[in-house]
Amino acid sequence: MEAKPFSDISYEQFLNEDKLMGSRCKKCGALFVPPRSICIKCYGSEMEWVEMKGKGKLAAFTVISIGPPFMMEEGYDRKNPYCSGVVDLEEGARVDARIEGLDTTKPETIRIGIPLTAQFLHRGEGEKMTTFLAFKPS
Amino acid sequence: MQKKRKLGRGVAVVGAGMSKFAMYPDKDSKDLFAEAFNEMRSSVDKGLEPNDIDALYVGNFTNDFFMHQGHWGPIISDLIGLAPKPATRTEGACAASALAFREGVFAIASGFYDIVLVSGVEEMSKRPTAEVTEGLALASVPYESRVGFTFPGVFGAIATDYFAKYGATRDHLMNVTIKSHNNARLNPKAQFNMTISDLMKARIERAKKKGEPVPEWKDEKEALWDPRFNPQVAWPMYLYDCCPISDGAACMLLVAEEIAKNFTDNPLHVIGIGQGSGRGLHAAPSLTSFEANKNAAAEAYGMSGLTPKDIQFAEVHDCFSMAELIHIEDLGFFEEGTGFKAVEEGLTRLDGPMPINTSGGLKCKGHPVGATGIGQLIEVWKQLRGEAGERQIPKKDLHIGAAQNLGGTGGTCTVTILERR
Ligand SMILES: [Zn+2]
Repeated sequence: MEAKPFSDISYEQFLNEDKLMGSRCKKCGALFVPPRSICIKCYGSEMEWVEMKGKGKLAAFTVISIGPPFMMEEGYDRKNPYCSGVVDLEEGARVDARIEGLDTTKPETIRIGIPLTAQFLHRGEGEKMTTFLAFKPS
Repeated sequence: MQKKRKLGRGVAVVGAGMSKFAMYPDKDSKDLFAEAFNEMRSSVDKGLEPNDIDALYVGNFTNDFFMHQGHWGPIISDLIGLAPKPATRTEGACAASALAFREGVFAIASGFYDIVLVSGVEEMSKRPTAEVTEGLALASVPYESRVGFTFPGVFGAIATDYFAKYGATRDHLMNVTIKSHNNARLNPKAQFNMTISDLMKARIERAKKKGEPVPEWKDEKEALWDPRFNPQVAWPMYLYDCCPISDGAACMLLVAEEIAKNFTDNPLHVIGIGQGSGRGLHAAPSLTSFEANKNAAAEAYGMSGLTPKDIQFAEVHDCFSMAELIHIEDLGFFEEGTGFKAVEEGLTRLDGPMPINTSGGLKCKGHPVGATGIGQLIEVWKQLRGEAGERQIPKKDLHIGAAQNLGGTGGTCTVTILERR
């Protein structure tokens, strides 16, 4: 695991293994999720992998009626809109994720700040597997 | 602290022209550019010999995706008889032509060229909406599009944080939309020349004619709350919070300040230019402010020696109603978290103390993405020269205006300040 490059590709591979991973700068301790190979705080380039606990709070969200083709293919449309959001992780980083388990027909009832737990939505198998990071109410 | 920046020599705007922004089934990028170019020529008070233009910059975002053609510099330079002189395409998503403007300014300020045409063009409407959405997503933040965010979705998410922090609601966003439509009705170049009331009346007439149930709305907001009139796109962004799909072209003639009098006795001076870059929602310091905006504004104010109070009116990039609130705060016209109140109080109306988007904004003037940046500056040009017709700002002694252009979801922002002396 230590040998993996601190890249988007590694981030996605970890998601396939149900792991939400970030990188921490060995010099200044700054945490980045998804990982960065260059620290944008101190420009250090020595990083280490850190696994997130997968707990957080909803920072912002939207409920989308007209989505891109890959979401439409999953059965989302005007009648069945989906939620995408920004989640503040316990560890202090912020991530973009799909938000599951909320009543998307009543977006006005969704509250910012609700506690959330990570979920890994796998699509396809083997070499072709891809995983969407999602969160659902804890 | 921003370093104080200045141009090597002064640059002036001496001509401007644009096509009407609209959906054109029978016109292409070249046709629209020719319209803009001809209008620009006739706007140069003392005339322009097109042969005297030294170079062309043309902003464009999505034509390579939609038209399968990306090499617009030479196509446009050939169209207007400029070839073999240099022609360069600039790309900055929806801020593409504001970047063309900057490059033109730098080319003259450096002393290399004296007369430069800066422009933008975009052709979007011939494709189905789903494909246009996919094309615009070329400028998305990859981490966001990966989890289903669309452009309206990103601004929707920004709105949920803004609402929670400051107590604004959808009702406040509607004030932005209603104002944009009111201004656009006075702009013959706007894609939508109708107020919300006009659109409601048209809808009622249509229902009567077709024998369908006739909607009963007591006012504009009641219609905007009605999902049959105004359906959800991405909570809390509804149809009337979103700019349309448009085709259009716009261009401006820039010259070295010392030769401006050869073209007009009424030039505008480029006194501030700024640009910034930004990151996605997950990495940005705030969800309700664009760091690219702040950087662009700091550069432009720093160069001009002005403060936000000195700006008398502005065009800002209202791709979504929510964006207008963020911009008027980021540029310092109103305190953070108070933009929605300022709009509610009418402060940003045409006859208010700080008119915003007198053209109707992207929402109603239209948003042919690569032409928008110059299109905004043309509104500043018209207002400062007293040529804005029915929508002329009634303020006395109008001499300083600004335009703010945004690319993607805040990845590129520019601020440009023009002055009439
Ligand atoms: Zn560091």
